[in-house]
Amino acid sequence: MTAYIPFIPAIPLLSSLIIILFGRILSKKIVAFLGVGSVSLSAIITIIAGINFISSTPENGSYTVTVWNWLTTGGFSANIAFSVDALSLIFCFVITFVGALIHLYSVEFMDHDEGFARFFAYMNLFVSSMLILVLADNLLLMYLGWEGVGLCSYLLIGFWYKEPENGYAARKAFIVTRVGDTAMIIGLFLLFINLGTLNINELMQQASLKWAVSSPLAILSAALLLGGALGKSAQLPLQTWLPDAMAGPSPVSALIHAATMVTAGVYLIARTHVLFALAPAVQAAVAVIGAATLIIAGFSALTQHDFKRVLAYSTISQIGYMFLALGVGAWSAAVFHFMIHAFFKALLFLGAGAVIHLLHHEHDMFKMGGLWKKLPIIFITFLIGSASLAALPLISAGFYSKDAILWFAWSSTNGSKWLWLAAYFGAFITSIYTFRMIFVTFFGEAKTEPTHKPGKLMTIPLVVLAIISLIGGFIELPENFGHFQIFSRFLSTTLPSVQLAGESHNELLFQILSAIASLLGIYLAYLLYFKKSSFAESFSNSQLANFFYKGWQFDWLYDKVFVKPLVWLSEINKNDFVDKIYTAIAKATEFLNSLLSRTQQGRLRWYVMVLTAGVVIILTFMLNL
Amino acid sequence: MVTVSLEVQILFAGLLFLIGLVGLLVRRNIIFMLMSIEIMLNSAGLVFVIAGSHWAQADGQVMFIFILTVAAAEVSVGLALILQMYHHFKTLDADALNTLRDKNER
Repeated sequence: MTAYIPFIPAIPLLSSLIIILFGRILSKKIVAFLGVGSVSLSAIITIIAGINFISSTPENGSYTVTVWNWLTTGGFSANIAFSVDALSLIFCFVITFVGALIHLYSVEFMDHDEGFARFFAYMNLFVSSMLILVLADNLLLMYLGWEGVGLCSYLLIGFWYKEPENGYAARKAFIVTRVGDTAMIIGLFLLFINLGTLNINELMQQASLKWAVSSPLAILSAALLLGGALGKSAQLPLQTWLPDAMAGPSPVSALIHAATMVTAGVYLIARTHVLFALAPAVQAAVAVIGAATLIIAGFSALTQHDFKRVLAYSTISQIGYMFLALGVGAWSAAVFHFMIHAFFKALLFLGAGAVIHLLHHEHDMFKMGGLWKKLPIIFITFLIGSASLAALPLISAGFYSKDAILWFAWSSTNGSKWLWLAAYFGAFITSIYTFRMIFVTFFGEAKTEPTHKPGKLMTIPLVVLAIISLIGGFIELPENFGHFQIFSRFLSTTLPSVQLAGESHNELLFQILSAIASLLGIYLAYLLYFKKSSFAESFSNSQLANFFYKGWQFDWLYDKVFVKPLVWLSEINKNDFVDKIYTAIAKATEFLNSLLSRTQQGRLRWYVMVLTAGVVIILTFMLNL
Repeated sequence: MVTVSLEVQILFAGLLFLIGLVGLLVRRNIIFMLMSIEIMLNSAGLVFVIAGSHWAQADGQVMFIFILTVAAAEVSVGLALILQMYHHFKTLDADALNTLRDKNER
């Protein structure tokens, strides 16, 4: 009954291999069919698996499908085994479903690109790796998927490799996430040495048996895993790679750098939540990092000019919300926000990609304007996505997911009013920069004319995602809204529910407050960017805006603190003692060569002379003997 | 018939070889160098003949006929090369042809 689970990651992998091997001889139609079809098939299998799972949930909330034994060495063994539970099913559903829509969109978006087959090969490989990541039943297999998505991210950011900047952005993304990955692999070693297994379920049981709360080992290993999550999810202090990652094609930004890969960190923390519960200090750090990131990235998003960079900073900020939720122990709220965010952020990236595509690759928002009449479908869907991002009350899905996080940031046992205040202020900034985007791009006077209308393949994914972004929130309503909570009940088999602090607060008050923040932000954006207040102009020229624009100068800081000293060190290290020996050998050889090469001067008579002299010398010796 | 002793005969051949060798070393004109080589070759042939007559064997003279044949072929190839050389470099100076020298020479 469960034998079909391995096919979920296997089908995209197979399709990717076929496209890699035969991409040059296959026609575009076949490549597109393979690329879109494989992911869609995975999506269908995932949905079947989900229905089966709900209708007959296993007793302990998960089941494992072992495909084969991967490696056994010493006391260690790892299987290629897939573990299915509520958490991995939700991630699988988002990856395959949103992935299939984005693949469909890419068929039109990449139509005239010479790397059409290459693009689909990488995208399918990515989907496969991501599915391995979320389905893996042990941390080693998960690490395989983890590195696989990192590789695909690198390949796809640098997809248009003829521009040197794209290659630079790709390398930056790879190296910065590598910092986190290194911490994570050390964490895996630490866990294995102390607990003797890497199987996630056994690991969690062992950890809670052997380690006391706040024991040093628990804190250290949780902190190391957190390092990996920070790198992958672009959180403070490893967030600098994500805005540059926008160099890749827009569908890549939508799939990898908004919907799925960057939330791998959220998945990792949710998956190992037992470990984080054993290390309250680290869990508190998760919340603080999330809160700090969402504010910092929000301010940066306010000042960007590039359409996609606004969305990139917004993604960092929204993942900050998820980390905040994880930090206060609201596991299911984090996963819920992940799912809703995947829908509306993919929608926003696809919409932005369509606009950029139709305006001759114009990225600057301030050179657009007035597009709502010319591109009505894109405008409406983008507006719906923005409403969700800005958490427009009642109608948008984003309201329900973000409101839950805000509420738990205040009311859970790990929450505090400072965390709530940061998240609340972040929500206000979010709605300003979101509607700044809308007003600047779609209203005002038109500055660039779109070349043509978007085709069906582009608009269908937009419309589907827009519908989900509207109604997706209704599967998890707050308690005072009728207590209709399918989502957290579904997840409760895997993740513990949130611990509320003893004192009760009026949840309605918080909902009204966050509704006010959202509407006030929209109104402010309307004043500043629709009415064109002079303040917006003077602010964008100020030093402070420039500081935000450069992402709080983190790149500058890292350049000074890490890159420059490293370059300096390698410069002085270039002529060390060991090198001196080898240069001396080379120098001696060169000297001998120069001596011998003097005899090779190309003069025939000289050669004859030497020959004769040689003969005379040999004859003399022979006669003497 | 006046007979000359073997030493004198060998000495004569050696002298002939030396003349050829010195000619090869001192002349720069490639045609003269070729001629010098011919002289050296013939001096070697002379030694064969001398040896043949000394031991009263025909082999020495047969060998000389071989050498003569080889020399003819060699001269034809040599002259053709000289002709090509003159076409390419417009000179017969052997020292001018030093393009095969080591470029790294300091």
